[in-house]
Amino acid sequence: MAKAFQKIYTQITQITKATCSVKATDVGYEELATVDGRLAQVVKIIGDEVTLQIFQGTEGIPTNAEVIFHGKAPSLKVGTQLAGRFFNAYGDPIDGGPIPEGEEVQIGGPSVNPVRRKQPSELIATGIAGIDLNNTLVSGQKIPFFADPDQPFNQVMATVALRAKADKIILGGMGMTNDDYLFYKNVFSNAGALDRIISFMNTTEDPAVERILIPDMALTAAEYFAVEHNENVLVLLSDMTSYADALSIVSNRMDQIPSKDSMPGSLYSDLAKIYEKAAQFPNGGSITIIAVTTLSGGDITHAVPDNTGYITEGQLFLRRDSDIGKVVVDPFRSLSRLKQLVQGKKTREDHPQLMNAAVRLYSDAANAKTKMENGFDLTDYDQRTLSFAKDYSELILSIDVNLDTDEMLDTTWDILSDHFRPEEVNMRRELVDKYWKK
Amino acid sequence: MLTKGKVKGVISNLVIVEVNGPVSQNEIAYINLDGTDMMSEVIKVVGKNVYVQVFESTRGLKVGSEVEFRGHMLEVTLGPGLLERNLDGLQNDLDKLEGVFLKRGQYSFPLDNDKLWDFKPIAKVGDIVSGGSWLGEVDENYQPHKIMVPFVMSEQYTIKSIVAEGKYNIHHTIAVVVDKDGKEHELNMIQKWPVKVPVKLYKDKPRPYKLLETGVRTIDTLNPIVEGGTGFIPGAFGTGKTVLQHGISKQAEADIVIIAACGERANEVVEIFTEFPELEDPHTGRKLMERTIIVANTSNMPVAAREASVYTAMTIGEYYRSMGLKVLLMADSTSRWAQALREMSNRLEELPGPDAFPMDLSAIISNFYGRAGHVVLNNGEEGSITFIGTVSPAGGNLKEPVTENTKRVARCYYALEQDRADRKRYPAINPIESYSKYIEYPEFEEYISTQISSDWTTKVSDIKNRLLRGKEISEQINILGDDGVPVEYHITFWKSELIDFVILQQDAFDSIDAVTPIERQKYILDMIIDICNTDFEFDDFNKVADYFKKVIDICRQMNYAEFKSEQFDNYRSQLDELLQSKEV
Repeated sequence: MAKAFQKIYTQITQITKATCSVKATDVGYEELATVDGRLAQVVKIIGDEVTLQIFQGTEGIPTNAEVIFHGKAPSLKVGTQLAGRFFNAYGDPIDGGPIPEGEEVQIGGPSVNPVRRKQPSELIATGIAGIDLNNTLVSGQKIPFFADPDQPFNQVMATVALRAKADKIILGGMGMTNDDYLFYKNVFSNAGALDRIISFMNTTEDPAVERILIPDMALTAAEYFAVEHNENVLVLLSDMTSYADALSIVSNRMDQIPSKDSMPGSLYSDLAKIYEKAAQFPNGGSITIIAVTTLSGGDITHAVPDNTGYITEGQLFLRRDSDIGKVVVDPFRSLSRLKQLVQGKKTREDHPQLMNAAVRLYSDAANAKTKMENGFDLTDYDQRTLSFAKDYSELILSIDVNLDTDEMLDTTWDILSDHFRPEEVNMRRELVDKYWKK
Repeated sequence: MLTKGKVKGVISNLVIVEVNGPVSQNEIAYINLDGTDMMSEVIKVVGKNVYVQVFESTRGLKVGSEVEFRGHMLEVTLGPGLLERNLDGLQNDLDKLEGVFLKRGQYSFPLDNDKLWDFKPIAKVGDIVSGGSWLGEVDENYQPHKIMVPFVMSEQYTIKSIVAEGKYNIHHTIAVVVDKDGKEHELNMIQKWPVKVPVKLYKDKPRPYKLLETGVRTIDTLNPIVEGGTGFIPGAFGTGKTVLQHGISKQAEADIVIIAACGERANEVVEIFTEFPELEDPHTGRKLMERTIIVANTSNMPVAAREASVYTAMTIGEYYRSMGLKVLLMADSTSRWAQALREMSNRLEELPGPDAFPMDLSAIISNFYGRAGHVVLNNGEEGSITFIGTVSPAGGNLKEPVTENTKRVARCYYALEQDRADRKRYPAINPIESYSKYIEYPEFEEYISTQISSDWTTKVSDIKNRLLRGKEISEQINILGDDGVPVEYHITFWKSELIDFVILQQDAFDSIDAVTPIERQKYILDMIIDICNTDFEFDDFNKVADYFKKVIDICRQMNYAEFKSEQFDNYRSQLDELLQSKEV
């Protein structure tokens, strides 16, 4: 309802599929408004003509609709009462609970001064060796799963979130199916973790453009807990491709010239603004972002995964390994850029070299496999790499592995010693002498 | 009278201002939003409407807000005390800004107002000077920092007075000069210069020829860069651009290193902030940070300032070059800068060029690379700016406008290859596609043969041929099978693998292997050439691989060992023994 001091405008001059323009004055850029009861945001002002993006779409909006400006950008009331709650893209509860009390903060706030950041240095143990051993995660990191829609990324993310020992887990759902939403809710509830969860959800049943608000809502809540309460917050964003699709809808309706793959020219900056909210704060709090970017047919050259890869600190790929019939974390294409901050520092000294040696030999196995498929004779070495690869997939790369880091390292040495001679692993001699299984 | 105006329209960070007087293109204007002044730059003028790009978020900005123009372009403040600073793209000292988060409209002075510098005069009363002339010097982190006549002073002046040796702050008048009309100018230690205008106060810009050691074998040995040279590193994400760039900036034999983190990850800058104050410069033994300036405009900082950041870094580089110093400027990544141009061009509704980049992208890139170079200053001293930029090609596709336009102007090309990165063969610089034009310069050949070894370039080209031959054979083996080619082919192939594993591959995270001084590179090159020129005889291709794996293993152990240490010599004897056992 309109409050006494709010001016009401009714002179709508233009309506498109996602925007409408209204004659109005004293309006701030990015300000929220209500158009015929629907939430909208100012995206352009030229003189007294204000263009509003209407999140739910403009179907049925009349030219004499009431437009009320709120005098503020989209915001969220932050406070400890957020914990354990489920919200929509506007930050309104969808779990039937009361509206939480707290200080109202504008979402999409300023960036952290880079000199105030601390270097991430705390390992996040997930038990999944394909991650902990080869692509170790660090708190304060931002990393997506690059996955085809049929891959079990939601299951892996939920496992990671629960094992990560985060103080808060914030789930931002963009275009998530209702089934997946319920999956997360169940997993967290079964694990007794609901009081640590905060969820901002836009499912496939909600208007697409609303999704644009989800990451900023989730990260505003995350900043509150990380900065004000020094907590370690894990933010799960699924799926960022749906988010980018919503961006492209908006830019298209605003007549912007599209760049690669019909995405807006500002896609890189738009995504960076979100992912760069991941940080290790000086007071001990941290925000870690694990996201999902769904691919179309594994194509990582598409603008969304491509720009994401340049922003995030690595990426994780899942792959079905037909030799062992399980889903594995792909060691070639996956990468955690922050791993060297903890490998061999927070973990055993042999970690970095051992990991590289195993992946290198696994790549030799891939070559041997190609040779085999092309009908060539395999050498003894080729045969050994192939049997090594099978063990390595089964005991290390498979996503159902749950080991601590030392166990992962010992297992890898075991497998190497089973199939190779010490001079074939190309590692520092001292390490081989110390750890090689005789 | 400075021109004023009022905001008339807002589209993201593009703001339309109606003005009451003259403005110039690229002039700086401040927009007032609830008492906060936000910096912006004029990028287009249509009648009374001036389009400015704002270096801040425009959230909450209203029509009618006051705008004040400043009568100058975006400029940087130059003076002693820039070293060790962490600046943003507009040259604000990030350490002086309060709070964890960057507040809108918060700006800070990049130098220290009060610090006293030990000034020693170089010029004397009666000397005729002009912009860029050295008046005196102060010691800035062991570098002789020259105090110069401001670059903007384009005429000739006579020194009327100059202070004696002593301690002065940057604002203290150190000299008074008189122009031809008899007007006096008081000079202190600071000056300003517009970042988009190249500093051209030198006598000559000869072709560069002196090797700039980076400690990275695949660069120094195979495709060297030179003092005053230009190079670029294109690579898809995950191919090791940043690790390589950080390696070069740590190890390169330069007096001053400027790192422009342009639209990249904040944590990468944090790594520099954290590590450089601890790490030692391998050439002087002093802390790396003491010779370093960081210009950080990370990807989440305002886009318009991203474009400014590379110019800010280049201008600071030109300032130090004018003191006769060797400057290395690294920009990571120039693609983000091009994207910033694209975003703005898009908002201005300009007709787009290829991939929606602005039509003048090619000119902008080549002008920027053109600012690097080795120069002879007016006083005969020499200085240089070596510029290495990274390029982040969309989708890893090198046929995109930024890569193509950069390839036309940069003289060294270090192509990072996905396939090498996937196989963990780091640094993933493709040895066959990459090139350095400098190695073909007769000036370089002469320099290298007197400084390092007379047949250096012959050996290097031998190595390159062997790598190419190895690649061809590996393709043949893939088609014909291991036993489909003669055993000699396997030997040739494994010799190229030896080069790859021992010279090309280098462990950036190993304390010893990370940096190889040129003397050690010469040793390795000679050693590998000797092995390559040795004839071996095998009756079975399997034995070739087994044998060479042993050779490679020992050579790599040598790479991990302290040069010419007991351990190193031990491995060398093992290697010689192994070689003798198989030699024909």
